[in-house]
Amino acid sequence: MALHFELVTPAKLVRSEEVHMVVVPGTEGEFGVLEGHAPFMSTIADGMIQVFKTASSQPENIQVRGGFAEVGDKGLTVLAEHVED
Amino acid sequence: MASLKELKGRINSVKSTQKITKAKQMVAAAKLRKAQAAAEAARPYAERLTNVMGSLASKVGGKDGAPKLLAGTGSTKRHLLVVVNTDKGLCGGLNATIVRAAAAKARALMEEGKSVEFYLVGKKGRAPLKRQFSDQIGTHFDTSTVRTPGFEEAEAIANELLSMYEAGKYDVAHLIYPHFKSALVQIPTVQQLVPVPAPEAQATAADGVVEYEPGEEAILEELLPRYIRTQLFGGLLEVAASEQGASMNAMDSATRNAGDLISKLTIQYNRSRQAAITTELIEIIAGAEAL
Repeated sequence: MALHFELVTPAKLVRSEEVHMVVVPGTEGEFGVLEGHAPFMSTIADGMIQVFKTASSQPENIQVRGGFAEVGDKGLTVLAEHVED
Repeated sequence: MASLKELKGRINSVKSTQKITKAKQMVAAAKLRKAQAAAEAARPYAERLTNVMGSLASKVGGKDGAPKLLAGTGSTKRHLLVVVNTDKGLCGGLNATIVRAAAAKARALMEEGKSVEFYLVGKKGRAPLKRQFSDQIGTHFDTSTVRTPGFEEAEAIANELLSMYEAGKYDVAHLIYPHFKSALVQIPTVQQLVPVPAPEAQATAADGVVEYEPGEEAILEELLPRYIRTQLFGGLLEVAASEQGASMNAMDSATRNAGDLISKLTIQYNRSRQAAITTELIEIIAGAEAL
């Protein structure tokens, strides 16, 4: 059971992988996305995206600025304008 | 007839020119690969953004109170042409083609009684457009300070365009840039930028139940500037790829021309050298016979 997570910036496709859960800093509060999430779309605030590879693993933090997140049948897509590696 | 020494000098100078054009061609080929990769890497973002735009715009677009960027100002009197040129020359007829396309568009608009202003990106389009439309050149955005125009530049241009739109300086903006079809073919393209042309509504049934946070209009409002930024970024990438493609092409034919010229000059050189030897021989023989 995995969630397909994609992180895209204008310059390149940063991530495209199967993960357990992603926590996204939405403008109206953080939200976590697991597999099978209902279709959803939100703008995101500047902050950290936390990627959990497995249920028990430590989150991996990715700093993003400006953009929005979309949850669809194919998983979670985060379109961010800037990503700090 | 040029003297032997003169010919030799010319051959040498054409040879060194050929070396330069050949080097430039190889540099362009390497840069083209990079520019193409960059253009390819930008595609997923643009595609997804367009998809999202399409589904949102079809929902919100019909209603009253749609964002100004989508609905327009209600008039189409004043047009802004954003012309993207390269900063460097040595790329064949690329800039001339873009300028021609821009001038044609401007004339067509003026014939319809609209007013036209230019917003120039890149150095090379400035002079020819200034000659033709000296009093309509508005702002000029300089991209020559950075090596490869990236998203920051696109953002800066977009922000300036948006603030000009907010201030009511123009009603419609078009983006004119060379569409990179292949290394051999670049097609100047005119694309409407502002108001954002409503993308065709895609029949995606699954979108019917999508939840929006903070709300459809709010998202759309944030999305539109981003969409324009992406369009501009795409334009900058296309112009970068086109420049290298056209440059590679132009330098290839320049190298070939130099080669032709060298062989022609070498034949001429050898002929006159032989002629000189023959004359000398005849003189010696004639002198010997006279004795």
